[in-house]
Amino acid sequence: MAFSIDAAFIIKAIIILLIFAITLLIATYSTYAERKVAAFIQDRIGPNRAGPFGLLQPIADAVKMFFKEDFIPSHASKWLFILGPCLSMLTALMTSAVIPFGDSVKYEAAPGKVWDVAVQAIDVNIGILYVFGVVSLGVYGIMVGGWASNNKFSLLGAIRAASQNISYEISMGLAIVAILMMTGSLSIRHIVEQQHGGNWNIFYQPIGFVIFITCAFAECNRTPFDLPECETELIGGYHTEYSSMKLGFYLFAEYINMFVSSAMIASLYFGGYNYPGMDWVQAKLIAAMGEITGHNLATLVGTLVFFGKSLFFVFFYMWVRWTLPRFRYDQLMNLGWKGLIPLAIVNVILTGGAILYLKPLVVSLLK
Amino acid sequence: MQLTNRSKQVSNKEMTFAEKIYLPAIITGLGITIKHFFQKKVTISYPEVKKNLGPVFRGRHVLKRDNQGRERCTACGLCAVACPAEAISMVASERQKGEENLYREEKYAAVYEINMLRCIFCGLCEEACPKQAIYLRHDEFVPVFTERDQVIWGKDKLAENMNNRYLRTAWTREEAHEQDLKGIVAQPRTQL
Ligand code: SF4
Ligand code: SF4
Repeated sequence: MAFSIDAAFIIKAIIILLIFAITLLIATYSTYAERKVAAFIQDRIGPNRAGPFGLLQPIADAVKMFFKEDFIPSHASKWLFILGPCLSMLTALMTSAVIPFGDSVKYEAAPGKVWDVAVQAIDVNIGILYVFGVVSLGVYGIMVGGWASNNKFSLLGAIRAASQNISYEISMGLAIVAILMMTGSLSIRHIVEQQHGGNWNIFYQPIGFVIFITCAFAECNRTPFDLPECETELIGGYHTEYSSMKLGFYLFAEYINMFVSSAMIASLYFGGYNYPGMDWVQAKLIAAMGEITGHNLATLVGTLVFFGKSLFFVFFYMWVRWTLPRFRYDQLMNLGWKGLIPLAIVNVILTGGAILYLKPLVVSLLK
Repeated sequence: MQLTNRSKQVSNKEMTFAEKIYLPAIITGLGITIKHFFQKKVTISYPEVKKNLGPVFRGRHVLKRDNQGRERCTACGLCAVACPAEAISMVASERQKGEENLYREEKYAAVYEINMLRCIFCGLCEEACPKQAIYLRHDEFVPVFTERDQVIWGKDKLAENMNNRYLRTAWTREEAHEQDLKGIVAQPRTQL
């Protein structure tokens, strides 16, 4: 028995390490992708000097970041100044823990004893709350950094970040409430499992999806809501005073957040690792390869589908960034408080009504 | 008074509902950018691909020789006087007996140097020269330098190579356009 627990533990450890590595890899290459997408949208070619197609560019950037002078302004509060980027990075990396990247991996420890390990770092039953909690903590990284810089531009950026995140978290939460009402669970894995096949939440929650994705843009401080950075007004906002790898951490955290929120959008609204015809694929694979290998391969296909969806949303983030100009601050607040929150509340009420009256009707019609 | 007919009346109307929810405009915008995403790129990858910059581009200098390979410059210094950047300096010298095949005039430039960091490629030296001795090539740039001693170009770099003479096809943009239309490719005009 002890042996098989160890085996499950090792599989879990490998999965966690893989998720960690892949998250970092994707964030690294997002910086490259961002520049390529920007270039393509502007009819340019983009970075193509470092390695074939410029593929070594992120590494060159990292080396550059490390070799730059790590400067701490004399008037800054030293420890908080260092804490800021660390907090940002930490919270960004913590969120990917509860995202279900795939179904499960089966492993035969002993004959007749099959271990079923979920492709997910931890499956907590309050997954969504955890994500919300950690994402809210993320704003502390920006606030601490902006405050510690002792610079009015940084402070303005930090204030903007705080008020923006608070405003948009409300409507984001309300958009999720509608999903929770439908699924009755806070675990992201349950939510994903209920969207089996092509039965995705986007078809039931189009308004919720629009609200959620808008808020996700605001939470990640991406254009059109990148007011905390805002080069034209605030010279870089909260990271004005930062240099070297500390700046690198802030920028990197933004890309990790982007990937994680893309993964969240994919799991909450686009079925996660589910895709139409997945049962058929799984049955075929199991028939061809046997129970365990077939199941694992089907999981792999699902995981790839999940990454495809997430990466599409990462692309979408960039696509929007190079299309839209930045909102003005009053427009941002108007949209958040007067537009999205009422809309989200209406969405919750509509969903409730639909569950109460429409669902029994449809079910009775189908019978 | 109206200067162009491109002016547009600013409207401060209340936004319509479609404008207020931003979405239609955002989707139109996304459509435009994705179209550009797949469009042909305008970038010219410079060191690998070189664009023809036209016949009147002002690139690096060349000290012309005449048809017999003699240097045309007579070290009159007019180019140095004309130069707004004071980039040109020279040392004049008298032609000795037996050097007639090297220098066309009795006085010649023993040293002729252009400081490429000072030069602004205005082409005034070319216009000032009474002997048609200095030209700015339309087909070659001054390459990037990494050392200070690469900055000052002497006669070794500037003097024309007789095996690879510099020929200019046109002297004005209109002329070049005309020749393009007629299909004229290269026509030596500086062989005097
Ligand atoms: S191009 Fe202009 S700046 Fe350059 S050497 Fe000639 S006159 Fe001087
Ligand atoms: S290049 Fe022309 S202007 Fe300059 S010194 Fe020689 S002859 Fe005179």
